[in-house]
Amino acid sequence: MKYLSEYRNSAAMKRLAGAIRREAEGLGRSVNIMEVCGTHTMAIGRYGIRKMLPGSIKLLSGPGCPVCVTPGGYLDRAIEFSRLPGTVIATFGDMVRVPGSYSSLEKEHAAGNNIRVVYSPLESLDLAERFPDKKIIFLGVGFETTSPAAAISLKEAGKRGIKNFYIFSGHKRILPAMELLLKSEEVKIDAFICPGHVSAVIGSRPYEFIPEKHNVSCVVSGFEPLDILQSILMVIRIMAKGEKPRVENQYRRVVREKGNRRALALLSEVFEEADTEWRGIGTIEKSGLVLKKTYGDYDALKEFPVKVKKTGEDKRCICGDILRGIKNPADCILFGRECNPENPAGPCMVSSEGTCAAFYRYGNGR
Amino acid sequence: MCLAVPMKVVSVKGNTAVAEFGGLKKEVNVELVAGVKKGDYLIIHAGCAIEKLDRDYAEETLSLLGGLKK
Repeated sequence: MKYLSEYRNSAAMKRLAGAIRREAEGLGRSVNIMEVCGTHTMAIGRYGIRKMLPGSIKLLSGPGCPVCVTPGGYLDRAIEFSRLPGTVIATFGDMVRVPGSYSSLEKEHAAGNNIRVVYSPLESLDLAERFPDKKIIFLGVGFETTSPAAAISLKEAGKRGIKNFYIFSGHKRILPAMELLLKSEEVKIDAFICPGHVSAVIGSRPYEFIPEKHNVSCVVSGFEPLDILQSILMVIRIMAKGEKPRVENQYRRVVREKGNRRALALLSEVFEEADTEWRGIGTIEKSGLVLKKTYGDYDALKEFPVKVKKTGEDKRCICGDILRGIKNPADCILFGRECNPENPAGPCMVSSEGTCAAFYRYGNGR
Repeated sequence: MCLAVPMKVVSVKGNTAVAEFGGLKKEVNVELVAGVKKGDYLIIHAGCAIEKLDRDYAEETLSLLGGLKK
């Protein structure tokens, strides 16, 4: 497939791995590189990237899987929505099996409530047109890659005169989470591999504060193995040469410095920033996107007031620490025993892009 | 979740295009990308194009990789 298979060339992967090894030897210290995108987490596992790197380079997974960081309370509310008469929950497939405090959308579906898996929020608009007597609630989760599609669907609903379509926005912004990790200093981060498709929307420029304020280099990376290896080489070279940390863009075929202006304009028309909770991390200031008042008619939170009781999560599950890069799935007492992809205890195992799911499937690569 | 693939545009009509990936054709929304033409490669996520793939940069990255020493 054009523009994919070329970036999976194994001879070039070996050459890149060799170049990384030489630079790392020159550097003579260990470095932690964190990726903050579940799609990177999966690609690193699938292509065995960890195995190609010298022991001094450690790849950490951050809070980059949107399903994993969606708090249990969000799911509990979605479950309550599904129990209301006449509602249909439209959701990406990843969300269906995530456990809330007392149920999951999969269990609600089995109990006869209407849960539909969609590939795009635009498909939920089609559902709304096909079933005018139902109320379609789309579960809006995802970072800036995904939120523009939700914004498009709202505009479309207006254009098509659809009145039975709602969004339950759990959309998040990745930058506040990256900043929080840097400020908390719980884990030493020497460089970030920045999410390529989030960056297609926001651009490479918003990361500038990271080298400026925190002295940490960033590289916006594509998702194929050559992209990821080249990205690692780029940041290791900055360190080995003792250069000032900076933002590099390895994914120039897709990412522009200022991002996608149309997408950004649409996001600020439809959404506004709000404090929001992240599973395992807590509330992060201005890290969520909620619907603006002008789009209030489509806001599931306004249309469907339900009561959600606060309950705890399995205390033994360490997803929170894993999402912050402090611990590794192997440190978890549940991992691979009680918690596996068939019977996940926590979100990092449920989502196919979660760190635990990637480690379970591909091993930790060492 | 941020998985997005480069799809080749087969035809465009207003804000909608038909795009192809590995023999699979799909209708996609292209309103976020200006000047979409037949033959362009678009990065598609959740049914929407989020950006156009720049072929010059795509080739440049590959030639840089090709020039690495063994």
